[in-house]
Amino acid sequence: MNQSREEKPEKGEAARASLGEIKTKGRGRRYGAAFGILLLILLLLIVWNINSGSVDLSPEEIFQIIFGRGRDETSNSIVWQIRLPRILSAVILGGALSVSGFLLQTFFHNPIAGPFVLGISSGAKMVVALVMIFLLSRGLTANSWILVAAAFFGSMISMGFVLIISKKVDKMSVLVISGIMISYICSAVTDFVVTFANDSDIVNLHNWSMGSFSGASWSNVAVMAIIVLPVTLLVFLMSKPLGAYQLGETYAQNLGVNIHLFRIALILLSSILSASVTAFAGPVSFVGIAVPYLMKNALKTSKPILVVPACFLGGAVFCLFCDLLARTVFAPTELSIGSVTAVFGAPIVILIMIRRRKTL
Amino acid sequence: MAGDFFFYTDQMTVGYDGKPLIRKIKIELNRGEILTLIGPNGAGKSTILKSITGQLCLIDGKACLDGQQMGKMSGKELSKRLAVLLTERMKTELMTCEDVVATGRYPYTGNLGILGWEDREKVESAMKLVHAWDLKDRDFTAISDGQRQRILLARAICQEPELIVLDEPTSFLDVKHKLEFLSILKNMVREKKLTVIMSLHELDLAQKISDQVICVKGEWIWKSGTPEEIFTQDSICRLYDITAGSYNAAFGCAELAAPQGEPQIFVIGGGGSGLMVYRKLQRQGIPFATGVLHKNDVDYQAAIHLASRVISEESFEPISQFAYEQALQQMSRCSQVICCLDTFGTMNERNRKLLEEARRMGKLREKL
Repeated sequence: MNQSREEKPEKGEAARASLGEIKTKGRGRRYGAAFGILLLILLLLIVWNINSGSVDLSPEEIFQIIFGRGRDETSNSIVWQIRLPRILSAVILGGALSVSGFLLQTFFHNPIAGPFVLGISSGAKMVVALVMIFLLSRGLTANSWILVAAAFFGSMISMGFVLIISKKVDKMSVLVISGIMISYICSAVTDFVVTFANDSDIVNLHNWSMGSFSGASWSNVAVMAIIVLPVTLLVFLMSKPLGAYQLGETYAQNLGVNIHLFRIALILLSSILSASVTAFAGPVSFVGIAVPYLMKNALKTSKPILVVPACFLGGAVFCLFCDLLARTVFAPTELSIGSVTAVFGAPIVILIMIRRRKTL
Repeated sequence: MAGDFFFYTDQMTVGYDGKPLIRKIKIELNRGEILTLIGPNGAGKSTILKSITGQLCLIDGKACLDGQQMGKMSGKELSKRLAVLLTERMKTELMTCEDVVATGRYPYTGNLGILGWEDREKVESAMKLVHAWDLKDRDFTAISDGQRQRILLARAICQEPELIVLDEPTSFLDVKHKLEFLSILKNMVREKKLTVIMSLHELDLAQKISDQVICVKGEWIWKSGTPEEIFTQDSICRLYDITAGSYNAAFGCAELAAPQGEPQIFVIGGGGSGLMVYRKLQRQGIPFATGVLHKNDVDYQAAIHLASRVISEESFEPISQFAYEQALQQMSRCSQVICCLDTFGTMNERNRKLLEEARRMGKLREKL
C-alpha cells in the first residue's frame, strides 16, 4: 500500500517535468512564430504602402521600379522620391518610438509610461517649433541635425520635470497626470508661437505640429537611420542590465548593475529616440505604450533581449499601418498620424489600466 | 585578530543621508555562521543590512568580506559573493518562477545574459533544493508568499554567494512555511558553508537558528552574543521595553501578563500537567496560586510568568513540611482547588496530602 502511494507523486513529478519541457520548447516556438509573423506583416505593409496612393501601380511595376528597371519616369520618382522615404521613415521612427516607450516603462516601472503621455514629445515639439520659427524668421531653413538637437533639448526639459515629480510622488497615476499637464503647457506655448508666426511659415509648421510622416527626404531618412539604428542596437546590447533593472533597483544593484549610470543612460537613450521622432514627424501618440504592451503579451515574456527587437519591429508595423490609413482612408485628404495611432493606441492604454487596476 | 574572520565590520557607523543612526557596529563572523539581528521595529535593523549590501554608504568604519573591504569591491565582483533577499517586492512582469531564479545567474552570464547549459542546471538544482521545481512554469506573481520566498531563496543560491543577507524573510509566512524556509536555509548553510546575516521578528526561531545574535536598539548595538546570552528574560524584556506581559526564556516565547489580585483558585500541578490549566485561567483573567512545584518542573517555568503566587521546592528534593504548610495556608485562602495530577510519587508525596485536604475542605473542583 505504502509503496504504491509513494510511487504516485514520482509519476506526477515526471509528468509535470515533461510538461515543463514541452512548455520550454513551446516558448521557443512562440518567439519564432511571433518574429516571423511580424516580419511577414512588415513586408506586406511595405508592399501595400508602395502600392497605394493617388497613382495606382501594379506589383509588377513596383518590382521593376525597385530593381531599377522602371520605364516610366513619373512612377519611378513617385516610388523613389515620395513613397519609399516615407515608408522608411515610418519604419525607423515607429521602431524608435516604441523602443523609447519600452525604456521609459522600464525606468518608471510603469506600463503606461511613454514619451507622449509623459509630455516628453510635447516638450520636444515646443522647442522644435521655437527653433523653426526663429530660423525661418531670419530666412534660414533648419537642417535635420539642428531639429533633432532642438527636440532632444525639449525632451530633456520635460523629462527633468517628470523626474522631479516622480521623486516626490511614487504613484503611476500621478506621474501620468503630471505628464499630461506638462504636455498641455508645452502645447499651449507651441500654439501661442504658431499663432504669431508669419503666415508663410505656418503652413509648414502646422503640418508638422499635427504629426505626419509625409515630406521625408532621403537625407532625412539618412539622418534618422544614423541616429536611431545605432541607438536601438545599443539598447539591445543593454538587454542584460535592462532585465536586471526590471526586477527593481536594489536587486539590480545586487546583481552588479551601476544603477546611477544606468539610469542616466536610460533617460538619454529614450530621449534621443523620442526626440528624433518628434523632430521628423511631430508628435505621434500612444505608440510607445501600445506596442511594447502588445509585444510582451504576444511573446509572453518581458525579457528585453526579445522585447527590444520585437518592439522595434512592432512599432514599424504599427506606424506603417497607421500611416497607410492616414494616407488612404480619406484620400486625397490626409489625416494626421497622431489621430490614427490614437484610435488604435488609446483603447490599449485603457485596457492596460483596467488590467492593472489593482496595482494603480 | 579581526582579519581572521570571514566577514567583519570595524567601527561601522550606518545611517541615511550622512546622518548616523547606529554607531560603531562590530560584527565578526566565520564561514557557515548565521547572525541574526533582533530588536524593536524602527530600531535600524534594515539600515544595517542595507549598509552591508552597499545599498547605503557607510558613514564611518568598514565592512570586510574575506579580507577585502566591501566598499572597494566592484559591483560585479561583489555580486558573485553577496546575494540579497529583501522585503522590497520584486517587480516582475510575465516572468515564470524559473525566469526569476535564473536572474541569479546574472553575474556569470555573458554580455547579453543568455543562459548556458551549466546555468540552466544550476537553476534547476537550486529550485530542487528549495523544493520548488514544480513551480518553474508558474507566473511569479501568481504564487503564495511562502512559495515566493522559496523562489527568491533559490535565486539567491543560484548566485553562488558566500554571504547572504536576508531582511525579515519569514515575516509574512505562516508557521509551516516559516519552519520550512528556515530549515532549508539552515541546511544550505551547513552544506555550502554560507555565511548568513538576517533580521528576524520571531524570537523563538531566531534563538534556534542563530549562531550569533545582535540586539539593535538606539544609537549603539545594545547587546550581542550567542543565543544563550541574549535570550534571557531580562535582556529581551529590556530590549523590547516589555511592560505588558513578559518573555519566557525557558519556552522562548512571549507571555501575556499574569492576572492581578488575590489568588482565587489553587492549582495542584507538576510534570507539565498544569500548563493548560494555567493558560486557561490566565485567559479568563482569574488570579491563581499553584504548588507545590519543583524548580526543575516545566510547570514551574510557566507558573512563574502566569501565577500570582508559586509555592516551590528545590529540584530533586521531596516536598518539605515547610513548603507543604505554605501551600496549605494559601489553599485555605482560595475558594476553589483544582488538582491536575492523577498519580503521585515519592518526591511529591505531600501534594497527595494537599489533595486530600482540599477534598476535606470541600473546595475541590473538577478539572477545567
